[in-house]
This record gives sequence, structure tokens and C-alpha cells, in this order.
Amino acid sequence: MSVILSVENLNVSYGSIHAVKGISFDVNEGEIVTLIGANGAGKSTTLNTISGLLRSKNGSVTFMGENLGRVPPHKIVSRGMALVPEGRRVFLQMTVQENLEMGAYTKGSAGIPADLEKVYGQFPRLKERRRQVAGTLSGGEQQMLAMGRALMSHPRLLMLDEPSMGLAPILVEQIFEIIRKLHKAGSTILLVEQNAQMALSIADRGYVLETGKIVTTGPSGELLASPAIKKAYLGG
Amino acid sequence: MEKLKRMAPSTRSSFITYGMVIVAYAVMEALLSGGLLKSSLKGLLVPICAYVVMAVSLNLTVGIMGELSLGHAGFMSVGAFTAVIAAAALESTVTSGPVRLAVSMAIGGVAAGLVSLIVVVPVLRLQGDYLAIVTLAFGEIIKNIINCVYVGLDGEGFHFGMKDAASLGLAADGKMLLQGPMGAVGIQKLSSFTAGFLLILLTLAVALNFIHSRAGRAVMALRDNRIAAESVGISPSRYKMMAFVTSAVLAGLAGGLYAMNFSSILAKKFDFNTSILILVFVVLGGMGNIRGSVIAAAALTVLPELLRDFSDYRMLVYAIVLILVMLFTNNPACKTVFARFKLGSPAKKEAV
Repeated sequence: MSVILSVENLNVSYGSIHAVKGISFDVNEGEIVTLIGANGAGKSTTLNTISGLLRSKNGSVTFMGENLGRVPPHKIVSRGMALVPEGRRVFLQMTVQENLEMGAYTKGSAGIPADLEKVYGQFPRLKERRRQVAGTLSGGEQQMLAMGRALMSHPRLLMLDEPSMGLAPILVEQIFEIIRKLHKAGSTILLVEQNAQMALSIADRGYVLETGKIVTTGPSGELLASPAIKKAYLGG
Repeated sequence: MEKLKRMAPSTRSSFITYGMVIVAYAVMEALLSGGLLKSSLKGLLVPICAYVVMAVSLNLTVGIMGELSLGHAGFMSVGAFTAVIAAAALESTVTSGPVRLAVSMAIGGVAAGLVSLIVVVPVLRLQGDYLAIVTLAFGEIIKNIINCVYVGLDGEGFHFGMKDAASLGLAADGKMLLQGPMGAVGIQKLSSFTAGFLLILLTLAVALNFIHSRAGRAVMALRDNRIAAESVGISPSRYKMMAFVTSAVLAGLAGGLYAMNFSSILAKKFDFNTSILILVFVVLGGMGNIRGSVIAAAALTVLPELLRDFSDYRMLVYAIVLILVMLFTNNPACKTVFARFKLGSPAKKEAV
């Protein structure tokens, strides 16, 4: 398995607040890797830095052999990385289909019909609602839409920021089921989650973040079984 | 009619907008040739065209890009004075009036576009209230600069100065074009209602095509959600610049048209109040709604003139009309009625 994303000694600050303190991890092709941790641990900051929305103070992000240090976010997409931002962030005034088409922005228009069919195959619910304005979708449907939109750019690496946030438990199950299916179909996924139980249950490996540092890492099975993790994140 | 139904909703909506403008032009022309138009209204025809163009162009910034600009009259001003000077300079080389008008308006538009390239630097860095403050300041700066510029033209070419008319050292046959606080004088009246009508069509073509293009979609995506837009690979600076500069060029063209309708024009004409007036057209017509901008600009330019009989109460009635329109368009019952007339509007897409 080849390393697709490698983060080394990443430091990110918001003004004087040092949010991410020298973390290092990698993602191999075909894996689901999860970053878990409580509020304010620096999970989203890490993801936003990888996708170029935030600038790191030092440290490096290497994606498929290329250092992404000064690459602006809109160019990172064409390198093959897609972020599903936290809080879904769909284009509320556009229809479902228009949202998906936006996802293919960096691609030519030639492959769009085929890609749309593929995404509709993965998310049948979106197909039912393709002419509906995205703002009228439920939270879970918006999450599916944001994921479908990211898939439209054929990412080599799909990054999901808190896909379970604000969703009913049944929808969380559905979303994670979809993530599992995407993984089976060959996608490489970096998943950031507060819901450690769910995240570890589908991931290959996990990293536990605490106030900007990685405190534990290992295969998900081990992390799930570890008494310390159980106590801190899984409710005993 | 069948063909109209088969078109994409956006295309159909655009055609209705064009059709509306063409019909309005034909009706006004018919009234003009029949001599049925009051002279006060006749004098308003070109300003109406200029304001319609201003409103549509500002709608690109406010409605489509979603950024409040309070200095749109500044671009109009740059276009107006550049066009006036260009028209005077071209007097001997280009003899045909309409051609000279078109060329000098184009020069005015380019000048406004170039100035907007300076303003676009803060535009890309600021959002919301801060951007509004910067554009407001820009409008005032332009006004004050033009207020102290003197431009003269003689056999040797242009003379520029910031002090007074005498210090330019014009030859005896020279002509003052711009006299600081006294504005541009001796303008040849080149503008015509037909020119204004053609400019509106051009503006609509630019604006509507922009909105329905790939770039327009990108700008609207940035407006709706900047982070999501960046996460699908849209460059914010590139597309915001595109929208802003396009809007400024159109404003410059409108300025040229407007200025060459009068024999003299002052920098003071393009002040904060004018910017706000245009913003009122946009807000009242509906942000992002091009057809609404056209209607609002035309109606609100004519309204004060129609209310002249009320003399003292004119502005009071104007304000009341504005408030009533806002109340009615926001009323849920009225909204559903409006939605029925709007083709391809979001309300129709909500098939639940």
C-alpha cells in the first residue's frame, strides 16, 4: 500500500492560540483513517489546513508526492483531494443537481452526465430530489449532497469533516453505511469525527487528538478495546 | 408559444426581459413620434436608460456577487468625464455623431474598468460592512479628485492641471473641457434614446449571459457559501474580480451616455446620494433579479417627475411608495401571487 497523504509536524495557530501542535500522520491508498477527539482538539483545523483553507505555521503536507504548502485551496481540488466541509455547506439556493454540477467544476463538462448517474446510484435519495432547492433538504440529505458533490471531482482522497454532526442517530447510521460502501468501492477516506465509536467501527486506523496533539494511534480495533480510550471517548 | 415553453426556464426568462425592453422602447418611440410625450418626460428618456444600466450593473455586484457596494456612482463618474473628454478630442477625427458617442462611451467604460482594477484589491480582501465603507470612500475620492482637475484641449493636445484654468496655458483657440468644481462644460449632446436603448440591450446581454455562464455560477456559489465553493475548486479572487470589473465597465458606459445628454455636468452629480439611489433600484427590483432592476430603475426615475403636481409632497409620496412596495413584496400572500408569475423561480422548484 502506498502512502497517499502524509502530514509531518504540522503546526497551526489562530493568532496567539496554538491549535495544532506538531502532529504527524499518514493515509495509505484504499484506507479509511479517522481523526477522533473532543471539541477543540484540533481535528477540523487539521483538515482545513490540509485542504488549504488555513495556513500552517510550519510542518508539511505531502499529497501524492507533492508538497501542498502554498497551493491555494481551489487548486488542491484539481490535485485530487476533496473536502466535505463541516456543517455540510451546500449551496442552499441551487438545486440538488446544480450543487452536484458545481462539484465537477474543475473537470470538463464532458463526463458530468456519467458522473451524475454514478452519484445518483450511490445516493438514490438525491436522485428523487434532484430538482429540489438544496435549502429545502433535511440535514441528512444535505450531508449526502455535500458528499456527492465532493465525489463529482473524482477525488483520490475524500476528506469528511464531522459527517454525523447534528444528525439523528438513524441518519448517522445511514451516512456511515454510505462511507463504508464508498470505501468498499475503493475510495481513500480521511474521516474527522467526534463520534469516536462510529468512526472507529468503520475505520482501518485511528489517531486520537487531544488539545492539538496526537496522544494515541493504532488500528481501530485496538483503539476501540483500549481502556483509556473507552473511558475518555466512548463513555466507559 | 410552444417554442417558448420548450426553452430552458432561464433562457425563457431572459427572452421575456429583452422583449419587455424592446416593447417599452417601441411604445416610447411611437409616443415620441406622435408628439404625445410631455417635454419633461422626454428629457428623462436618456437618464432612464442610464439608470437602468446602472441598476443592472450594480445588481451584478450586490445581487450576484452578494457584496454591498456604495460607490457605484464613482464608476459612472469616471466613465462620464472620460467619455466627455474623449468625445471632445475626437470631434475632428470622427465626424459621425453616433459613432463618436459609441467610441467615447467605450473609452469611458474602459477607464471605469481600469479604475475598478484598483478598487478590486480591497474588494477581494474585505467583506460585508467593511467593503461597503471602502466603496463609499472610493466614490467620495473620485468625486473630490474630479472636482479639482482642469483639462483643456488645444492644437498641441491635452493640458492637465490641478490648480486653475489659467495655469494650463492653453493656446488662444484652446477649449476648456473640465473646469474643476465647475465640471465639464460645452458638451455636445450626442446621446439619444436609441443609443440608450441599445446600451440597455448590450448590458442585458452581458449581465444575463454572465449570470448563466460557468463564471456566473461560480460567483453565485461564492456568494452562497465561500468555503463550499473553495472546496469544489473555485478561485474566489478570479471570479469576484470578473464580476466587479464587469459591473464597473457597464457603469462607465452608462456614465458616458448620461453625461453626453447634457451640455454641462458636475462631479457633484455622482455623489453618495446617486450611489444610494441606484442601490434602491436594485433592492426594490430584487437582488439578483435583473428584470426587477430594469423595472425599478425606470419606474423610480419617472415617479418623481409624475409627482411634480404634488410639488411639496413629492418626496413624501416617493418614500411612501417605496415603503408600500417593500411591504407588499414581502407579504406572504402577495409572494405566492408573484411566485406564480415568476418563471423558473425557486418557488416552483420546491416540488415536495
